[in-house]
Amino acid sequence: MAQPKNFGFGEEAALLKDSARKFFEEKLPIDKLHAMIASDPTPDRMPECTWDKAIWQQMVDLGWTMVAVPEAAGGIGMPVAAVAGLAEELGRAAFPCPLLSTINCTYVLAACGAAGEAALGEIAEGNSASLAITNREGSWSAAETDVICEGGKLNGTAWYVQDARKVDRLLVSARNGAGVSLYWVAWDAPGVVLHPDAIVDLSRDQAHISFTDVEALEVAVAADGVAALEAAFPAIWSLLAADIVGAAEWLLQTTVEYTSTRKQFDHPLAFFQAVKHPLVNVMVQIDQTKSLVYNAACAIDSEPDNGLKFAHMAKASASETAALSSSRAVQYHGGIGFTWECYVHIYFKRQKHSQMLWGDADWHRCKLAEEVMGPVAA
Amino acid sequence: MSDSARRDSPEQAEFRQYCKAWLEDNHPGEPKVRLPLSPLEIMTQEQLSYLQGWQKSAYDAGLIGCDYPQEVGGGGHKDCQRVANEEMIAARTPFLPNVIGLGMAAPTVLYHGQEQLKRELLPRLLSGEDIWCQGFSEPEAGSDLANVQTFAHKKGDKWLINGHKVWTSLAHFSEWMILLLRTDKAHKYDGLSYFVVPIRSALGKGVTVRPLIKITGETGFNEVIFEDLEVDDRFRLDELGKGWQVAMTTLLHERGAGELQTPRSGGLRSKATHVTNTKHLMELAKQTPRNGKHASDDPLLRDKVMKQLIREEGLRQNQRRMRVPALQDHPMRLPLQNKLLASEIAQDTAAIAVDMEGASASLYLGDENAPAAGQWPMAYMNSYGMTIAAGTSEVQRNILGERVLGMPKSK
Repeated sequence: MAQPKNFGFGEEAALLKDSARKFFEEKLPIDKLHAMIASDPTPDRMPECTWDKAIWQQMVDLGWTMVAVPEAAGGIGMPVAAVAGLAEELGRAAFPCPLLSTINCTYVLAACGAAGEAALGEIAEGNSASLAITNREGSWSAAETDVICEGGKLNGTAWYVQDARKVDRLLVSARNGAGVSLYWVAWDAPGVVLHPDAIVDLSRDQAHISFTDVEALEVAVAADGVAALEAAFPAIWSLLAADIVGAAEWLLQTTVEYTSTRKQFDHPLAFFQAVKHPLVNVMVQIDQTKSLVYNAACAIDSEPDNGLKFAHMAKASASETAALSSSRAVQYHGGIGFTWECYVHIYFKRQKHSQMLWGDADWHRCKLAEEVMGPVAA
Repeated sequence: MSDSARRDSPEQAEFRQYCKAWLEDNHPGEPKVRLPLSPLEIMTQEQLSYLQGWQKSAYDAGLIGCDYPQEVGGGGHKDCQRVANEEMIAARTPFLPNVIGLGMAAPTVLYHGQEQLKRELLPRLLSGEDIWCQGFSEPEAGSDLANVQTFAHKKGDKWLINGHKVWTSLAHFSEWMILLLRTDKAHKYDGLSYFVVPIRSALGKGVTVRPLIKITGETGFNEVIFEDLEVDDRFRLDELGKGWQVAMTTLLHERGAGELQTPRSGGLRSKATHVTNTKHLMELAKQTPRNGKHASDDPLLRDKVMKQLIREEGLRQNQRRMRVPALQDHPMRLPLQNKLLASEIAQDTAAIAVDMEGASASLYLGDENAPAAGQWPMAYMNSYGMTIAAGTSEVQRNILGERVLGMPKSK
C-alpha cells in the first residue's frame, strides 16, 4: 500500500488539530500554566504533581483519549497522522496531562489482540493509563524490565513511569519464564506502591513504582509482550516527536518576538545576523522534524513495513530539535531567559525531558543504522 | 509502480504510460563522449551537440514544456512535467543541456514577457536549439544583487548596453541571456529593468565572453562584457523599473520555490554521472577500509551517515508537506528552505565522504588509484558552487528570517 500524498492528514485531522490548539490556548494560557506548575522554584523541592483535572475531564469528554482506540473496541480509530496533529498541539501548550501516556498504552494494547480488548475498553470508557516498562538503567529496549512475574504475581520495580500520578491504570512489562508479558494493573491492587521522582520538568510528573506480590491481568502472554511493545514503538516515538515539534515552535516564535522587540546598540537583537541566522536554523530543524513526523505517522498508517525506519528518523531528528530549540531560546532571551520568571524555562525543561525520553538521537540513529546498513561486523 | 505513480490523476497516469513507452524506444543510449557532471560544466561542442540532440528529441516527443501553453510551443497539459521528469530519471536519460533556459528563463519569460516575444523565443528554448544563460551577478553585485551597475541607455527606440557580468554559466554556448540591468541610477531597486538579449549573434559586436576557471579546474562559467550592445525595446520583460520584481520570479525558480508562480518547463534533475547523496555515501562506506574493518562498521561514521540520511529524507518530506496547506503555518516557509537545505546537505555529505576516504581523498581525477575515480574531492569542491550561487546560504538565512519569521531587516 502506498502512502497518500497528504500524509493521510485529511479534513478531520485538520479539524482536530485546530480545535486542540484553540482549546489549549483558551483553557491554559502560558501565564496560568506558569502560575500552576511553577509556584515552587526550590531546587530540592518535594516532587509535586499539579494539574487541572477539570480540563482533563473535558479532554476525555471530547474523546481525545480514545482517538487511537480502534472503533471495534469502542474508540474513534483515527490514523496516527491525525493523532500526531493532536500531539503537536499538546506540545505547543506544554500541557500537563496523561494524554500521550494513555495513547501510548492504546497502541500497545491494540497490538495484544484479544487479550488486550478488556483494557482497551477501559480506555474507551475514559480511563487513563501509562506504560511501566522501563528498568532502572533507563533502557529503551522492550525486552528489558526489572519486574518479574512468577505464579501470576508481579514483583520488582518499574522506573521512569510518565504521568504516573495522573493515570488510572498501568501497563506493566514483566519477565515471565519464557519471555516478557504485559499486565494491566489498577492502583488499588494490593502491593502497588508509587514513589514520585523529583524531576526537572515541571510540565510532567514521573515516578518509579514497586510491585510486591501484585496480582494482575495478563494482556499479552509470555513472549508476545516484546512484540506488542515493538509494534507500538514507532507510533510512540512519532507522537513524542510531534509534541517536541509543537513545543519547539512555541520556543521559536516566542524568541523571534522577543529578539524583534528588545533593542541593544540601537537595533532589535534580531537585526544582528549572529541572532537571526541561528533562529533560522531552529526553524529549519523544526521543519525537518515536522515533515519526518508526518511521514512516519503516515507510514505506520499505510505502509507499516517502513514505519520503524521512518519513526527512528523522526525521533532522532526530534531529539536534535528539542536540544537546539531549547538552547537557542534561553540564550537569545539573554539575562531574562536565565530567570525563573521568564516562561521559556517551562518549555526548556519539557524539551530536555522529551529529548531523552523513549530514546535520544544517538540511540535512534544507531538503531536506524542497523536497519539500513546492517549490524556492525565483529 | 513508484509511489508517485500511485497518486497520479487520470491525465497524469495516461501521460506517464506515454512517457514510459516513448523512453523505452527512444533512450539515446550511452554517449561516445565523456559527459560532465552537470550541464553547467559542459566544456566541448561535442558534449553539447550530443545533449542538444537528446533535448530536441525529448521535446519533439512532448516530454519538455509539458505544462506550457501550446501557443508558445508547450504541451498544454496540467501538472505533467513532474511525471515526465520522474520517468526521465527512472529511465536514466542524460541531463538536459539548456538547464538555465528551462529552469529560470522560460518561467520568467512566460510570466513577464509579451505574447509575441513568448511565441518567438520559447519554442527554441524548450527544444534546446537555443541555449540560454543568466546575467545577474557582477563584480560589485554579488549578495547585494540590486547593486548591479550594467546600464542600458535609451537611444531612440533602442537601448545601448554597457557593463560586466560574472559567473555566467553556459555563456560560451548561449544564444540568449536573461539580463538584469539598470536603466535609472537614482533609484537602487526601482532603477532596475530586465531584458532578454542575444549573445551569440552579437559576439564581437558589443559582447565578449571570456571563460573563468573554477577551483575544481573545470571551465563552464564565464564573464561577459557588454560594450555598446544595441538592443530592441521589444526584448524588455515587464515595465521599465520593474526589473527587481522580474528577477524575483527567476530567483524563486532558481531556488526551487518557483512552482508556486509558474510551472517548471523541464527536467532539471536527471541522470548525473555522480550523485552526492547518502546512498552513494553508504556504498563508499562499505568499500572503504578503516582500522582493519570497513568504514561502514565504524560507529562514528555510521552516525554521521545516518545524520545525512535523516536530513535528506527530511528535505524530501518537506517537499511533500509543501503541498499540504493544513500542515504549514506560512506558504513560503518550506519553499524558501529548499535551496539552502539541498546545498548544505550535499556539501556535508561530500565532506564526510572525503573524511571517510582518508589518505586516498588526496587522489584526484587523473590518478588511477583514486577511489570513485576522484569524484568525491571534486564533488566536495563543487558543492561550494551550490552554497554560494543563487544567493549564498547567508543571504538565504536573511530571507528566511525576514520574510518568513518577520525579523527586522539586516544590513
